[in-house]
Order: sequence, then C-alpha cells, then structure tokens
Amino acid sequence: MRALEKDRSGIVLTSLSKSFGVVQAVRAIDVNIAAGEIVALLGPNGAGKTTTIDMVLGLTRPDKGTVTLFGQSPSDAVKAGLVGGMLQTGSPPQYLNVRELITMVASLYPHALDVDEVLRLTGTTEIAKRSTVKLSGGQTQRVRFAIALVADPDLLVLDEPTASIDVEGRRDFWNVMRSVAAEGKTVIFATHYLEEADSYADRIILMARGRIVADGPPTEIKAKVGGRVIRATLVDVPVAELSQLPGVSNAERRGEGVTLSCGDSEASDKVLRELLARYPGARDLEVRGVGLEEAFLELTADDQDQADALRAGTDFNRGQELQ
Amino acid sequence: MKNLTYLRFEILRTLRNRRFLIFSLIFPLVLFFAIASPNKNIIVLGIPFPLYYMTGMAAWGSMTAMLSSGARIAAERQIGWTRQMKITPLSTWSYFTAKVLSGYMMALFAIIGLGIAGSTLGVSLSAVQWLTMLVLLLIGLIPFAVIGILLGHLMKVDSLGPALGGVTSLFALLGGSFGPIFTSGVMLKIVKDIPSYWLVQASRSVLSPSGWPPAQAWIVIAIWSVVMARIAARVYQRDTQRVS
Ligand SMILES: Nc1ncnc2c1ncn2[C@@H]1O[C@H](COP(=O)(O)OP(=O)(O)O)[C@@H](O)[C@H]1O
Ligand SMILES: [Mg+2]
Repeated sequence: MRALEKDRSGIVLTSLSKSFGVVQAVRAIDVNIAAGEIVALLGPNGAGKTTTIDMVLGLTRPDKGTVTLFGQSPSDAVKAGLVGGMLQTGSPPQYLNVRELITMVASLYPHALDVDEVLRLTGTTEIAKRSTVKLSGGQTQRVRFAIALVADPDLLVLDEPTASIDVEGRRDFWNVMRSVAAEGKTVIFATHYLEEADSYADRIILMARGRIVADGPPTEIKAKVGGRVIRATLVDVPVAELSQLPGVSNAERRGEGVTLSCGDSEASDKVLRELLARYPGARDLEVRGVGLEEAFLELTADDQDQADALRAGTDFNRGQELQ
Repeated sequence: MKNLTYLRFEILRTLRNRRFLIFSLIFPLVLFFAIASPNKNIIVLGIPFPLYYMTGMAAWGSMTAMLSSGARIAAERQIGWTRQMKITPLSTWSYFTAKVLSGYMMALFAIIGLGIAGSTLGVSLSAVQWLTMLVLLLIGLIPFAVIGILLGHLMKVDSLGPALGGVTSLFALLGGSFGPIFTSGVMLKIVKDIPSYWLVQASRSVLSPSGWPPAQAWIVIAIWSVVMARIAARVYQRDTQRVS
C-alpha cells in the first residue's frame, strides 16, 4: 500500500551547496538516485560526504539548491517515517538497555518492524538486556544500525557505518545491510574505503572537495581509482617489452628502476608473477596502490584546488592501506 | 502527548538517574527534618514554621527536578542523540514536552514527599488546601521548565552540573526556601519579581482567606515564562551545530 502512495522518483539533489565560513563543503552537486538503488558516497575526509548526508536528512539547511526524497522535502519524508539514518557521530542515550532503546525508537514510527526481528537481524539479541553505556564500539554501531533499521524506512542513510568495527564485524554488517536492502530499500552510504564501496554498492559517487568527480558503476570507478603500481630494479630490459606484459597499462624507466602501472590488484598480482618468472634479475620489488589522492588529482586535473585535494586525501590513503 | 511509549521510556530514564532523585528529593527531605523538627512550634511571619519550611523545601526540590531536564537535554545534545531524534517523526514539541513532563513527575515526587514529611511534623491542611498548594506549585514551576530547556541548550554537560546547582540554589535562596531573607524594603520588592519567591509563598496563600496568591504572583510567573521561552526558542534555532 505504501508503495502506491509514494512517489517513485527517488532521491533528487539539485545544485546543492553548503559553505561553512570560507570552506565550501558541498559545491553545487546534482544527483539523481532511483528508488531501490544502493549508492556509495566515496571520498576522503573533508570531501563533503557528511554535509551532503546531513542535507539529505534535513539536519543541515542548504545554502543553495534543493533535496527531494520520493517527491517530498526531507522534513516531510522524515515525518512520514520514510527515512532511517545512522549518523557519523552520536551514541545512544543512557539509562536504557538495548531492547528498551529500540522499542522506544520503534514507537515513534508509523510502521516499524518488530523489535525482536530487528535485534535478530542486527545481531544484537544477545546484548538486548545490556545497558547502552556498556557496549563495545562494534556493538554500539550495531545498535545504531538497529535504530536506523527499526523504522523499516524506504531510504536508509548510513554515514561511515563501519567506522570502529573490526574487519570481520564489517563483513557481517554489510551482509545484514545487503539482505535488508534486497527488499527494495534505497540505501545511501558514505565511506572512505574503496573496497567497501566496490563490494556493496550498485553505484559509486566519488566526491572530493565538495564536488562529484566521478559517478558510475563500481567497475568503472575502480578502474579509475583502484590502480596499482609496481616498482622494480631491472636492468637491460626495454620499456617497450615490459609494456607488453599482460596486465600492464603503462611502463616507464628511470635509470635502473622501472615503474609498471596496472589496472587493479588482480592485474598487479599477475604482472608480478610474470615479471619474476621472465626476469629473475628483477630486484627491490614494490607494489602499492596508486592511492586515491593521486587518482583524485587525475580526475580533478582541471581543478585549481589540486593541492588541497591532495592534502585532504592523506587519511583516505591510510584507509585504503588498512584493507 | 501522542506518543505514550516514548514518554514512558523518558520517565523510566529519569527514574533511573539516582543523582536527580538525591538532589530533588533526598536533600530537601533531610534538610526539612533537620531544620523544621527543632523549630516545630515557631511561627514565621504569621505562618507555622513547618508549613513554611515544607513549602520552601518542596519549592527547592521541585525546581531542581524541573531544571534537571535541562541537564538531560544537554547530555543528549552532547552525544548527538538530539540529532538522531530529529531524523525520526518525533516532533521537537513532543521531545520537549516529554522532557518537561518527566521533570514534572520528579517535581511531583518532591512535593508529595515533602507533604508527607510536613504532616509528620504537624502540618495539617484541609484537602482543598493541599490541592491548592499542589496546583500553585505546579503552576509556579512553569518558568523553571522553560529555564531548564534554555540551560540545556546553552551549557555543556561539564559546566551544567555546577550551573544548575548554582541557579537552583540562588533561586531557592532569594525566594526564601531556606527561610525568609528579606522581610521589608527595596530588596523585598526585588525578590517579589522572582518566580521562586511565589513558589515559597504558596504556604502563605493556602492560609489566606481566598486560598490564592495576589495578582503580582501570576504576572511575575507569566512574564518569566514568556521571556524565557522566547530566549529558549532563539537559542534552539541557532543550535544546528554538528557534534564531533
Ligand atoms: N559545522 C562545521 N563547521 C565548519 N566547517 C565544517 C562543518 N562541518 C563540516 N565542515 C567542513 O566542511 C568540509 C566537509 O566536511 P564533511 O562534510 O564532514 O566531509 P566528509 O564527511 O566527507 O569527511 C570539511 O572541510 C569540514 O571541515
Ligand atoms: Mg564524514
């Protein structure tokens, strides 16, 4: 029934802008997300992901531009209980146990899910009786996810939901997210992990310095920013020969050192094996991610804020190495 | 209040906070017995001392209870819970109403507790007088409900404890909770413009022929309520800051 009442136009952001003093956090972005899409907002710290999400949720008023959620303003959509959100910061209030907290939040929505069902889905059944102030980082994130989920929202917005969860917990988290999203929910999540965006989104919107620098399916984005570089000391082999190796997109030589660019980690593994097999004399082998900041530089080559983008990208790179 | 489940949990959370219980109920009770028992038979400005002091302590405790809802708002703002609530269908109005009602519930405990304590020391009022006293106190607390919301938006949690303690003590002291401090002159004129003065004066009112306080009481309480509400609304609108 609800689906009938609801406009299927999804999420529409039109020249959305927001500045904080001199910082232009979000610069006139246009986004169209169809109902049912799972979209990752990928970008380094300071890219403007949270500011965008806050405007989508109606928590921050845009300086310019508009947001519509299923044809309504954010505040109307929120009032109608169509939106569930997990904000980047925030912790549950004290003097309640987990079940009580979820029950309290559920009571605010017109068509909430069953509390036990939500506890089960989010893996919080065992901690249902635990006080909200006695949870580990990972448990808190799950409870926060349960809070967003219990609304049974049409739009689920998650701002860096796996921050402070260990690698294993992260996988669990995304599996749950996937299974709930399979029911036709629209999901927007912010992350600075390329892997996460790649594995769990249908579409990646890449943000840097408040702008959208790329928008497309994960394969496309990964090809743009997920590249690897192999460096090695290798004498007497012409660059032309190296660039013929399967998986190498570009080869350069500087003195005794060569630099081989590869599409992704799969390609670089292959190239590495091939390199060692063909040229046993290859030494000082080193593989590294191109680094998203370098990728951003390329993607934003005509942007005068390159230097800033690079600076903003430091954390991003660290995130990538963690994987 | 549309959402009773939400209110129920708000009240539960308030009850589980021992500190509020101690400050709004235990302290005033202890002080009441300590001061009023030895002075049981004294008459202060025409009012039996136990009645006067019972009202004074009820005013102090219930003010503390009302202002402590501000502490809860500040805490929820600080941990980012307020923002989470803003993305639920709960309206701002209902959010504050639930806070004020749970503050009133604690205030009611303080008032009833002091009432019982008073009767053990010989305070005897008719049912109508008790009821009048209760109603006067509840109305007199309106400005403090608003001041609580205001402080909850102005202060950080760390500074809020001392601030609330200071503000309630000052209001209680000037209002005469611990005994009348000004009985004549210009200072009396000034304290009559403070809402806590009229809370404590509920004891005098119930003994008066009409049972109601003078017009000045209503005016003072109305003005404080309106002015504080306007300031609180302005502070609330300014408060869209993200927490970190
Ligand atoms: N309330 C604020 N006041 C001042 N600057 C802010 C505020 N919120 C965000 N910013 C700035 O806006 C930019 C974008 O921040 P944010 O949206 O949090 O990015 P992300 O979520 O991608 O890390 C950053 O430079 C940040 O410092
Ligand atoms: Mg962010």
